[in-house]
Amino acid sequence: MKNTTLLVEHLSASFFTGRGEIKAVNDVSITVPRRSIIGIVGESGCGKSMTARSIMRLLKYPGKIVGGSIRLMGKELTALTDAEMANVRGEEISMIFQEPMTSLNPVMKVGKQVQEAILLHRKITKKEAKEEVLRMFREVGISEPEKRYNCYPHELSGGLRQRIMIAMAMICRPKLLIADEPTTALDVTVEAQILELMKGLRDTVDTSIVLISHNLGVIAEVCDYVYVMYAGQIVEQADTFTLFEDPRHPYTKGLMASVKSLEDKNTVLETIHGTVPNLLELPEGCAFSPRCGEVCENCRQAQSLIEVAPNHLVRCYASKEVQHG
Amino acid sequence: MEKKIKNTVEDGHGFRSVCYRLWKENKVAVFCALLIVIFALAAICAPLLTPYGYDEIVTDTYRLSQPSLAHPLGTDEVGRDVFTRLLYGARISLMVGIVPTIISMIVGALLGIIAGFVGGKADAVIMRLADIMLAFPSMLLAMVIMYTLGDGIINIFLALALVNWASVARIVRAETLKLKETEYVEAARSIGVSKWKIMMRHILPNCIPSLIVLFTLNIPSAILSESALGFLGLGIEKPMASWGLMVNTGRQYLYTNPWLSLAPSAAIMLVVLAFNFLGDGLRDVLDPHLKNQ
Repeated sequence: MKNTTLLVEHLSASFFTGRGEIKAVNDVSITVPRRSIIGIVGESGCGKSMTARSIMRLLKYPGKIVGGSIRLMGKELTALTDAEMANVRGEEISMIFQEPMTSLNPVMKVGKQVQEAILLHRKITKKEAKEEVLRMFREVGISEPEKRYNCYPHELSGGLRQRIMIAMAMICRPKLLIADEPTTALDVTVEAQILELMKGLRDTVDTSIVLISHNLGVIAEVCDYVYVMYAGQIVEQADTFTLFEDPRHPYTKGLMASVKSLEDKNTVLETIHGTVPNLLELPEGCAFSPRCGEVCENCRQAQSLIEVAPNHLVRCYASKEVQHG
Repeated sequence: MEKKIKNTVEDGHGFRSVCYRLWKENKVAVFCALLIVIFALAAICAPLLTPYGYDEIVTDTYRLSQPSLAHPLGTDEVGRDVFTRLLYGARISLMVGIVPTIISMIVGALLGIIAGFVGGKADAVIMRLADIMLAFPSMLLAMVIMYTLGDGIINIFLALALVNWASVARIVRAETLKLKETEYVEAARSIGVSKWKIMMRHILPNCIPSLIVLFTLNIPSAILSESALGFLGLGIEKPMASWGLMVNTGRQYLYTNPWLSLAPSAAIMLVVLAFNFLGDGLRDVLDPHLKNQ
């Protein structure tokens, strides 16, 4: 347990709408070991961002955590009051967002925004805080930090803004950084730089990272262990190598197949038929069954996570049989 | 990395860049701003510009005198210099335009931001109060307040501020509802910024462009309200000069000495129009929906 930064157990979060309860996060368990990068992958609307926001306790009304526990370094986050949680945010756990264009306050100098993060949690003078901000700017690879400190967000490029966001999230050296699609809005060269930066920070700051993405390339690039989510549930989890070598869940296989590889030229790109189901009208049994190519009678029953190999869990009864057969 | 930092004069919200863009896009608004400054200077320097006092009876033989060199706009029915009273009236009108507007802006912005950000019961209570204020005819409400409290400039401030805060609160609440969904507010929450600080440091500053426009558009309506109250004989304590009051007293001599009413009317019109044009110009420059997107 000492080497576990974050332990999420049986977390469920729902939206309570006029048409009923939407189970956006359904019995999700995630373990983030110290100094590791964990990936959560899935289509839009599968509950990745909801899981992240639940861990941060930043769910917006009418969203609510309905069950489970979130333990950060052994501290139960679900039991904290709002004020206590605000102290944890930024200090021990922080988050970076998808859109660096809109994640910074347009009327505040970026230096001040980063400074705000450290002044909230450390009892230091403004001058010391500024020194700390400039040091952090250098650490995240911002050239001419003195000059950037007094810039407004609109004066900076997307990659630079994301670096500012990372500086803001990391300045208090949190134990855990949640990155919600941090590179989706950036072009590929900048994406590679940002991913490199995050990997570097994991080592220098000693932070664990939860990386949320729909991009399998990004996940393969940086993650140690991957969770695949579908319709609010984890459908498969394995270390990155195993997941890409030996995907067991039909959904994971579908995801892998829909990535174009350089080797097979001139083939039609595979897709997964249909769309993510409406969470209000989930099919009976396995949520993926209406889109699954290998569907059969047993899929009408609710599926549980089966351990097919050490540390490789799959939510599909067929995965076990495939192995034996 | 080595991107050249853009010239902020073109698209910033700073004072210099706003002035620059206002001059480029709307010269009328700049002249209106100048006109307002001239009026303000004239009001402040009134004792330097005229040898008489506002309640000094300058002629004892010939009370309703025609314009002359000594009295450019003649004298009124008690023998006071009309030009002098016009200058001193500018003090009242500008003060009445600005002070209650500032009070109503502060109160309205605070209540609006709380209603929008906190939501729930606070929102319901504040907004129903605002609805009641807006449903009530504002002129009537101001008159009732003035009747109850009596004449006096502080009471005018109170009456007009009470009448105007609701519309400010509505606009700021709408703006807050929009801003609190933005990613930078969420980012601020994710680093542990408290609710109050988010409201004051992240939401309020982003409402400022709308508030400035609202400010310049609310000033003329406050000036008009004061003039209307003055015309009805309410408002400042006599014998102080107010433009509305001067229009009212001059009314009886409209055929023989029309300038008694027309001069203060023209002053009201000029100031109100100047503020309105300036407000329109500022809105074009500051409103992010019209320009920055």
